[in-house]
Order: sequence, then C-alpha cells, then structure tokens
Amino acid sequence: MARTATAPGAPTSRLGKAAFEIDDRLIVAGPLRRTLNKVFPDHWSFLLGEIALYSFIVLLLSGTYLTFFFDASMREVVYDGSYAPLRGVSMSSAYESTLNLSFDVRGGLFIRQLHHWAALLFVAAIVVHLMRIFFTGAFRRPRETNWLIGVTLLVLAMLEGFAGYTIPDDLLSGTGLRIFMTVILSIPIVGTWLFFAVLGGDFPGTAIVGRLYIVHVLLVPGIILALIAVHLLVLVKQKHTQFPGPGRTEHNVVGNRLFPTFAAKATGLFLIVFGICAALGGAVQINPIWLWGPYNAAQVSSASQPDWYIGFLEGSMRLFPAWEINFPGNYSIPAPFWPTVFLPGVLFTLLALYPMIERKLTGDTVSHHLLQRPRDVPVRTSLGVMSIAFYVVLVISGGNDVIADKFDISLNAMTWIGRIGLVVIPPIAYFFTYRICLGLEQHDREVLEHGIETGVIRRLPHGEFIEVHQPLGPVDAHGHGTLAYGGAPVPKRMNQVGGARRAIRGFFSPIESPTAVEMEQRAEGRGLASAEEQTGRELTTSGRPSEGGRPSDGGRPQEPRD
Amino acid sequence: MSAREHRPGSTGGADIVGPHYGGPDDDFTPEQLAAMSREDLDRLGARYDDVEILHVDPGPAPGSPLERRAVKQVGFVFTLAGIFSLLFVVAYIGSGWFLPEWNWAEFGGNGWSAFFTPALGLTMGLALICIGVGLVLYTKKLLPHETAVQGKHEGSHFDRVTTGATLVAGGHNSGLARRKLITRSLGFMGAAFGLMMIMPLGGFIKNPNKGNPLGTTPWKKGVRLVRSDGTPVRPGDQMPGSMETVFPAVPGGNTAADAPTMLFRLRPEQVAAYKPRKGQANFGYGDYVAFSKICTHAGCPVSLYEQETSRILCPCHQSQFLITDAATPIFGPAVRPLPQLPITLDSDGFFVARSDYIEAVGPTYWNRKRI
Repeated sequence: MARTATAPGAPTSRLGKAAFEIDDRLIVAGPLRRTLNKVFPDHWSFLLGEIALYSFIVLLLSGTYLTFFFDASMREVVYDGSYAPLRGVSMSSAYESTLNLSFDVRGGLFIRQLHHWAALLFVAAIVVHLMRIFFTGAFRRPRETNWLIGVTLLVLAMLEGFAGYTIPDDLLSGTGLRIFMTVILSIPIVGTWLFFAVLGGDFPGTAIVGRLYIVHVLLVPGIILALIAVHLLVLVKQKHTQFPGPGRTEHNVVGNRLFPTFAAKATGLFLIVFGICAALGGAVQINPIWLWGPYNAAQVSSASQPDWYIGFLEGSMRLFPAWEINFPGNYSIPAPFWPTVFLPGVLFTLLALYPMIERKLTGDTVSHHLLQRPRDVPVRTSLGVMSIAFYVVLVISGGNDVIADKFDISLNAMTWIGRIGLVVIPPIAYFFTYRICLGLEQHDREVLEHGIETGVIRRLPHGEFIEVHQPLGPVDAHGHGTLAYGGAPVPKRMNQVGGARRAIRGFFSPIESPTAVEMEQRAEGRGLASAEEQTGRELTTSGRPSEGGRPSDGGRPQEPRD
Repeated sequence: MSAREHRPGSTGGADIVGPHYGGPDDDFTPEQLAAMSREDLDRLGARYDDVEILHVDPGPAPGSPLERRAVKQVGFVFTLAGIFSLLFVVAYIGSGWFLPEWNWAEFGGNGWSAFFTPALGLTMGLALICIGVGLVLYTKKLLPHETAVQGKHEGSHFDRVTTGATLVAGGHNSGLARRKLITRSLGFMGAAFGLMMIMPLGGFIKNPNKGNPLGTTPWKKGVRLVRSDGTPVRPGDQMPGSMETVFPAVPGGNTAADAPTMLFRLRPEQVAAYKPRKGQANFGYGDYVAFSKICTHAGCPVSLYEQETSRILCPCHQSQFLITDAATPIFGPAVRPLPQLPITLDSDGFFVARSDYIEAVGPTYWNRKRI
C-alpha cells in the first residue's frame, strides 16, 4: 500500500483505519452510505407495520426459547408434576410439557405468556397496518405486489397463531381443533380426503400435534420470514409513500435520513413493543391452560372462544343459518362450508384483488407515491368502513354467548341481532362514512375560501357584528382565498398557524423567561396580539382582513399533522 | 489507485483499471476531499445518494437549560432501565435463594410465588420500555432535527431496453423458438418432473371411505354404557330429568372422539311429550333415551342441558336441540338431530347398546349417508 499517514484523506484514528481495512476487503462504503442516507418520511401511521415486524422478532425469540421445553407429542402420559389438581390425570405429552414449562421452568410461564401476547399484537398490528394502507391508498400502482404479499402475510399470521395455540393440546385448543377439522371436512368432494390427510386418520389421531408443531415452528415462520424480507426489499426499492405537504411531490421523499434519527426511533419503538409484550406477558394472564385441563372429546367449557383473529370465523359460524344443501345420492354440502370456507375465501380474495378492482373501476393506472386522505376518496373510505363494520359484527357474534351472559340478553336474541346486523349495519356504515367524508371535504374548502374562524367578534361602524376570519393565503377581489386544496391537512384553528403564543418550556420549573418568549414571538410576528399591532387592518363585511395576507410561520416549515 | 501499482502477485503492468464512466472518484481528488469539513463531506455524500438536506433545526445549544434538562431526562430514563434490569435479575436468581420459592404450583401459599411471574414481566417490560423511551427522547430532544429530501426515480428506459436486449439475445441464441422438439420435450419433462416431485405427498393420503371410519363408532351390540370411571349404569341410577355422559365399555372407549353419548332419564311429562324419529320409537328404554354428544354442526360436545325446557345447548355455536323432539335442532346452525343410540338392558340389568349408531355421528360431510 502506498498510503501513508500523510496521504490526503487517509484515516488517522484507530477506528478510521479499521474502517478503511474493512472497506479494502468488502467494498461496503458506497452501499453503506446509500443506506445510511436513505430518507424515510415521518408519520405515526407508518409505525404500524413496524410494530408488526417487531412483534414478529419478539415471537421468534420467545418461540425459540419455548421449543427447548415443549414436547410436541400426543403420547399418553399420567401427570405427576407440581400442579396438584391435575396429578394423576392422563393427558398428552404436549399438554404435560406445556404444564411443566409453565410451572417448573423458572420464568417459563412468563415467556409463554409473552409469546402469546406478542402473537395477538402481531396479527393486530398487521390488521391495523392493512387498514392504514387501504384508507390512504398506499396500495395503488406501483405497490400492488406489496399489497398481495401483505394479505398473504395476514392469512399466514392467522394460520400461524391458530397452530400455535392448538399445539398445547388443552381442552380449549382441542375444541378449536375439532371445529377447524370440521371446517376442512365440510369442503365438498375432497373434504373427507383432506380431513384424513391432515389428521393421518380419523379425529383426533396421534399425529396432528406433531404436524401442527412443525407447521408452527418451521414451515409457516419460514415463509413469513421470507415474505417479510421481500416486503421490505420492495418497500426500500419503491421508497416509502408520504402524505402531501410542503415540498413533497410524487418524485421525492421528505423526511429523516436512516442514520441516526430514523434508526434511533425505530430501535426505540422495537424496545417499546418488546417491553409492552413483556409487561403483558408477566402481569396479564393469558390462556391459563391448567384451568382448561387436557383435551377430551366429551368435555367443553362454556364461553369457549378462539384468539381474537379467529373470532370472525367463529362469529360467522354462529350466525349462518342451518342451511345444508342435499344432492340426490347421499351427497351434501354441510352448513359450516359457507361461513367458514366460502365466506373467508371470498373476503380474502376481494381483499387481495382490491387494488386491481379499484384500478379497473376508476381507470387510474398512474403511479402514486403521495398518499390520499381518507376523506378525499369517499367511496373507498366508505367501502373500508363498511367492511370493518361487517367484520366487527362477526367478531362480536363470535363472543355473543359471553355478551348474552354478562348483559343478561337472550342468547337467541344475540344471534338474531348478529344475523340482522350483518346485513343492515354495513350499508348504514357506508352511508354515514360517505356523508362524513363529504362534510369534511367541504369544510376544508370552506376554510380555504373563507379563512379560519378566529373567534374574534367585531362590530362594524354601521352596527353589524362580524366574526373575523383569517385567510390562509392571498385573497381575490371578493375576499375569497385563492389557495387550492392540495390533499394536505388544512389548518382549522389559529393555533395551527401560529395564532397562539408558544408554551413556555419546563412544566414544573420554567427554564425560559416568559418575557423572552413573548419578545421572540413578537419579533417573529406570531400571535393574535402581534397581528393587532399591525395598524388595524380594514375588515370586509364577511370578516376578513381586506388585504389578506398570511401570518408568518416563523420561517419554519410546519409539519402537517392530522 | 493501488491496483495500478506493480505488486507481487499481480499480473504485471497490463493489469490496469479500465476507464471509469464518471463517478465521484474522478470528480474529487483525495486532496479536495481532505480539505472539506466533515459536514460538507456528509452533505456531499448525501448529494451523490440524491439526498438534499433542506433544513436543520439544531438541537439545544450546548450548556443551555434546555439541553441540561433533556440530558437529565434521558439519563434518568436510562438509569431507570438499568435499575429495572437489575430488579429482574434479582427476582430471577434470588427466588428460592434469598427470596421465597417461586414455583407457584408447589409453594402457592407463600405470597411471593404468585408475584414471581408478574415481577419478571413488569421489570423486564419496564426496562425495555425505558430504554426505548430514552432513545426516542434522545432523538427528539437532543439530536438536530433535519429535514432531508431524496429524489425518487421511475424505471430507466435505457435499463429496460438494454436488459431486454440481453435477455432476448440469450433466448434467441438458444434457438428454442426454432427447435420445436426441445420445447416440446421440455414441456413434457416439466410436467412429468413436477408430478414426480409432488408424489411423496401421497404419504399423507388415507382413504376416508375404507371401512367407513366416519360412519362407525366403538358402539356395538351388547357393549355396556359406562361412566368415564368405567362403572356401568343401571335404570334407577339417575333422577328423572337428569343427564349423564356415558362411553362404550371397550378399550379406549372413553377417549374415542365419536363415542361420547348422553343418557337422559326423562321426567314423566317429557315422556308424554316425547316424539321419536321415524322408525326409532323403540330406541329408548322406558324413560331413558341416549343421544350422541357430538354436535351435528361442528363436532363439539353438546353439554349444557336445561331440563326445564328440555333443551340441550352446544356451547360452541349455540345450536339447541329439543330432547322431547328426539334431539331435533330448534335454533342455531345445526341442521340434523343428534343421532340416537338404541339401548336396552343386558342380563345383569345394566344398560347396553343394541347396535352402533345407525347413522354417522358428528358433523355432516360430502358423502354422508342420510337415513
């Protein structure tokens, strides 16, 4: 090497020298700089997908721990562990090892509950992330691929969760498995074949826990991991979408660079997600399997409920009427087929194809990188709320026995409320959402045209009272604002355009002098008081300053907030 | 630079770097770079990554009250995280050492064991949350806030055309379009190969129709009705209006998923109202009737018997069956009545089955025989 310590730009520190050595071998400086410099837009709703990712990491960590103690076998054993009420009860080895890891492994119960809570959070975060993507139009071209991957991930996450809570082979999960197998059995023509293929014989057999275990710890997590990797690669390649705002266009991304701001915040969020799962896992009991007992085909607890993400199928199964289709020659389509195979099949197909359906119907085939506010796309927003209403009725009906019990309502009435609600509530939700969207849209336009209501009432010389409106931009001859709506939030209160004095920092012991803040504000021309000093502008009869003008924003770009 | 030199192991003077097509190393000499400040270098690199730093809101001034307060806050939160982490360690290793035993199942009475798991969760959770909050506080209160903007590019037409040409050239040179025999044999091979690769899945296949496993249960003619502890049942053991779950007295009978059966003793008014299914009038014995416990909807055990209304409810999906109507569903998603087990007494006066169920118990399936 010809480089010496005196060569220009040569590293002098030990760390710098080490970095040069590494780059000599791996040539990573370029890609690393590009990565560190990558700009990510900042909005709270962009963290939802991250929460899903982080809870998946928590699941991998805690799940790996659990595998060292869990024995996925349906071999019959007689319990002789430390939990007295179950001693002498014969059960499967899977259930026994779950009891042992809950009672006799130091901290085992904590990790098991942490794992379960993280699983609930994982699916919940995916669902909320999906709603964010849907309502802001982030699935539009060119992001249809990632939408499809996301929908696949949601289905896989549900399957993964189901397999996970089934393998302890307790009474609750065994009942769930029995219902799941009925769902498979209900498929016309191939149902019985699939049923026997999955179980390796008649229900329950001796294979299913071992099979679900390998599905749960290897097959599905492997696919999920690979799909998450593709999901993120596509995201990085296509760059993140952003909400419209100052300086934001279809051809740029405005935000923070990965290093250090975004990386620090993301790490912080990961730790907070992990921490919340850990706190819940320790302090909030979940799935106390020792209370359910081992699986027994002759027993069931009342209020048997699946984890929340399977609840909508439970609900649809409860609500669907007793309609079995009988064909001549002893062939039938069982009643559970429609609510548990057909309905979710249609729902998830529609969900997966939605970007293509919308593209077809609107004829919008252009690439979009700026997000939409839900109010600006009333039809899509209303469809979304309608679907959520449909889903919520199903989930509530999945627990209708508990509601009937706690609120002393007839169980049959709850079923009928669900049946009727499923048909009636979604259209109502559509109608009201549509009207609300239009109302919000109109109000945005009104503020752009007439200005913000200041709350200041003035009496004009001829006795008329008017409310002063603050225009957001230049006004035309009639005093109407000339700013066009740009898809970004319109400020609706004076405080949002610097109408108020900013708060003095330091809640208990102020660390600034109020006078200094006041002076600074006046110098920046902020606040109503400073506006009044500007030699009383003449007001028009509709309450706008005649020459218009915009309050100074202090030279600081304001982050639009929803 | 260094590759141009003559070094042992290199192939000699001919081994020189070809011309670069532009690139930062041609634009900036090491001397120029050495003369730039760190901030300028940062921005220069960012510019090459198509990133422009629009605006930097510097963090609080060094030594200002604002900074002192933020540093105090962040330091406090990080210290708290350390304390919670240590508390976790203490709870974890101290239990059963200088703290009481932790095993709740064994030492449930000592107070501490009930608090062990919550203590682990809360200490670890708070430690993690504190680190996270500390990081976020650090970013928000102490780091400069910069607003950066990065360009976003559509796909390059040049790339598409040149890549397309390379791909098409490869395809063209293979001559597959002309060599029909190869394409056809490839198609045949692909299909056959794919078929071969999925063949091992055949290991999963079990014929569900061989021996009618879905339509038969362990019940047989002469098999006694026993309770889960194995004791046989005789008339008079049950009060009128009561229900008991019984199993076939065969090995594994009390764990077979399709065997659980409910034995009802009807009250006189229930007997009077009882309407048997066609051809099953003699399936009961006196005021006793036996029905499969496996719901005909989804296979859960129907277990909630409300004797005042003669209804039996499945707690899974709330199907309700009327016992006096021979367990016909009257509400909910179940379609078919619960199959009835024909019963009688054996020579010792205990209940026995007269045969297996005459129809398949449990949920409907595609080729289920109707009676």
